[in-house]
Amino acid sequence: MLLPIIITFLLAFLMLLLKPQKFLRFFKIICVIPFLFFLYLLSYLPSIHKGTTAIIFRNEWIPSLGISLDFKIDGLSMLFALMITGIGTLIYFYASEYLKRDENIHRFYCYLTLFMAAMLGVVLSDNLITLFVFWELTSISSFFLIGYNTTQEDSRKSALWALSLTSLGGFLMLASFALIGIVAGTFSLNELLLYPDVLVNNEYYYIIIFLLFAGAFTKSAQFPFHFWLPGAMKAPTPVSAYLHSATMVKAGIYILARFTPILSGDDVWNYTLMIVGGITMFMGAVLSVFYKDMKSVLAYSTISALGIIVFLLGIGTQTALYAACTFILVHALYKATLFLITGIVDHAAHTRDLSILKGLGKIMPIVAVAGFIAALSSAGIPLTFGFLSKELIYGVTTDTIWTQETLILLTTIALITNVFLTASGFLAGIRPFVGKLPKEFQKIKKPSVFLWLSPVLLSTGTLVFGLFPSVIDQTIIQSAARNVIGSTTEMYLSLWHGFNLVLILSMVTIATGIILYFLIKPSNKNEGRLKGLHEVAPQTLLTNIALGIRWFAFRYTRFFHNGYLRVYIMFIIIFFIGIIGYKLFADVPLRVNTEDLSAFRIYEFIVFVITIIAIYFITSTTSRLTSIAALGVIGYSICLIFVFYGAPDLAMTQFAIDTLTVVLFVLVLFKLPPFLKFTNKKIQFRDGVISVSFGILIALITLQALVSPADKSVSKFYADNAYILAKGKNVVNVILVDYRGFDTMIETIVLGIAAIGVYSILKYKTQDGEKSE
Amino acid sequence: MELLLVILVGAFYSAGVYMMFRRSMVKLLLGLLLLGNGANILIFLMGGLTKGKAPIIKPENSKFIEIYADPVPQALILTAIVISFALTAFAIVLLKRVYATTGSDDLDSLNIQDLDI
Repeated sequence: MLLPIIITFLLAFLMLLLKPQKFLRFFKIICVIPFLFFLYLLSYLPSIHKGTTAIIFRNEWIPSLGISLDFKIDGLSMLFALMITGIGTLIYFYASEYLKRDENIHRFYCYLTLFMAAMLGVVLSDNLITLFVFWELTSISSFFLIGYNTTQEDSRKSALWALSLTSLGGFLMLASFALIGIVAGTFSLNELLLYPDVLVNNEYYYIIIFLLFAGAFTKSAQFPFHFWLPGAMKAPTPVSAYLHSATMVKAGIYILARFTPILSGDDVWNYTLMIVGGITMFMGAVLSVFYKDMKSVLAYSTISALGIIVFLLGIGTQTALYAACTFILVHALYKATLFLITGIVDHAAHTRDLSILKGLGKIMPIVAVAGFIAALSSAGIPLTFGFLSKELIYGVTTDTIWTQETLILLTTIALITNVFLTASGFLAGIRPFVGKLPKEFQKIKKPSVFLWLSPVLLSTGTLVFGLFPSVIDQTIIQSAARNVIGSTTEMYLSLWHGFNLVLILSMVTIATGIILYFLIKPSNKNEGRLKGLHEVAPQTLLTNIALGIRWFAFRYTRFFHNGYLRVYIMFIIIFFIGIIGYKLFADVPLRVNTEDLSAFRIYEFIVFVITIIAIYFITSTTSRLTSIAALGVIGYSICLIFVFYGAPDLAMTQFAIDTLTVVLFVLVLFKLPPFLKFTNKKIQFRDGVISVSFGILIALITLQALVSPADKSVSKFYADNAYILAKGKNVVNVILVDYRGFDTMIETIVLGIAAIGVYSILKYKTQDGEKSE
Repeated sequence: MELLLVILVGAFYSAGVYMMFRRSMVKLLLGLLLLGNGANILIFLMGGLTKGKAPIIKPENSKFIEIYADPVPQALILTAIVISFALTAFAIVLLKRVYATTGSDDLDSLNIQDLDI
């Protein structure tokens, strides 16, 4: 399994070489890539159907960290992987026509293939860390897909929102995986499935599940992170169809379903999923009917559908989990169809505005039929696949395990959600095709077979699975549900459950939904009604937080990184004084070692006084020459100190170097103007206080260092062996040229480099306009 | 004498930092030199002061027979003096160059990106 995934990644990059000017025809057959993967996966279907354990493909990666490239296929992985590659094939096929005039089509296919490979990685990985890597790859590749229209600001913005939210979630999810790894001692899903109780009974259990929820909810657009999904509608339609029906948003669902047998069992798990899913499905469904843009309608109904799945996973009974697995496939099929026909309508009529679109069925009857079937499935009308899942959902909410009140509450929410979803499905799938064809649309050409084939195949699937549910049930849904429930299931899909409460609810839903559809007239007015909600929307809140962080970062940077070298130095010095000063006064008993102090002679004192005066001159003079002279005085005074205390070599060097420095200063800087008075008294005072406290601190540290005598063992070794080993009697010289000879050699090189620098700067030819000397 | 040198170290550090806070490039360089001098004295002081006895073995002996000044700090300081000269020489020439190009000694006036030079 590793090899096909890696090949898919490589193929993605190879696409970049296919310049559309030359290879445009090639893109028509590029759908063989997902199709071959689809067939490859199908070859494992029989063994999954029969076997109870998953098929594992082992590949070592970083065994010492417990990270491997293990892949596994079981029913649940298979369900998702088949959707990814199957619907992927149709999307690839469709996009080759939809984007044929796009000069960046090769890039599009690169992103799309990267995305598909990453999605397959997510659903097929057995190792949590590998899963996370693929998870982040889906976030990144979807960023490029959503922001594909790089020239539109809206498109870039929504891509950024999608990326920041999903990768924030991914980051938190990584923390959850890390905790799971620490607690359980393994990152392998297969091993975790064997010992689920380890995690449920652990003290970190709640942290683990909430971090996991953060990842799943952001990816699957659950309230309050739902808003990136409508924004992502800025992407080209094939992308929306792929990301929001079968892949990206289902990744979060996959994670929740995958961890259901491992982490469920606590009320918090169930109630959180039920509440979040419940809010999301209700809100998404109600909002969806207010929009007049076909894609927005679909976006909100997608949010609602994702909410339904999370809700069902939260209820967690066998029936509910089984219903969730069925609905995942049902939704993928009808939502992909609806998106694709939206794309066709948009392509032909150049608008997605439901208040204008009418009667297109006369021009594109085949597309209209596909849309009609998808809408019926979304409404759950009998004989479509959607009917079966709707029956299951009502079966869950009217289960006998609930108390009277809960049953009514859950059923009411589900009923209202379904009524609105029915209406919005009709809005997107039927409304553009019925009625009288307006004049401006009469010259629209028929869509080509490349465009309508994909949605027609999808809706055929909807119809076939609806009529013969056992086909799909036996092959894949049963085994997927088995993996989510964690044991065998006795559920099965059937067309007719008998005349019972569930059927009545279905009928009520359909009837009310159709009435609602006729009541709603898509218009600006309806959209305007949502304006008030914008103020309290989570997006507004998050935008404000993001702006606040940006403002803070800007201020912070402006303050610390202001471009003035001396201010940087000042900050460093102030922090030094603060931290070291605090430590010194807090932890070190301050005392002066009076015993070892030596007395000073009068001539030493005179030298001291001269140095202090020279230092004062340097800091206070306005004349360049005075300060240079003072610098010379200081150098010679230090020279004298070295002479007094047994360092003739130092005195010699200091004397030579200091003379040279002063000469250089005078020669080069003599022509420069005198110092300008830049600073006012206040700033001078501030700087004075800082520098004097710094000086005092250094002096105090020096005093404390003098308390404990220095370790003389190195000096003693050097002195004792200077003549014996190195044949030299001047120990300082021996150290420099023998013991530390290598250092001295490097030092010579440094001097050489400086000399080259000096020489080249001096020789550098002055350009016009410079003040040459 | 140690106390005098401690005061001197403090004075060098204070003056050095104070000069580095100024806007003039030449003052920045002077400040750096003062700091260097302070550090040299500090290292010298750490080795312990030994009056008048250089770490040189008498010609007739092959080993020290009397007290001597610590050679290690001296070696360190010698290196530091030479390196600081390399720095100074380079900086002085650079300052001259900057002044010739921009006509300014003010660090703040150099603080503009894309200066047209």
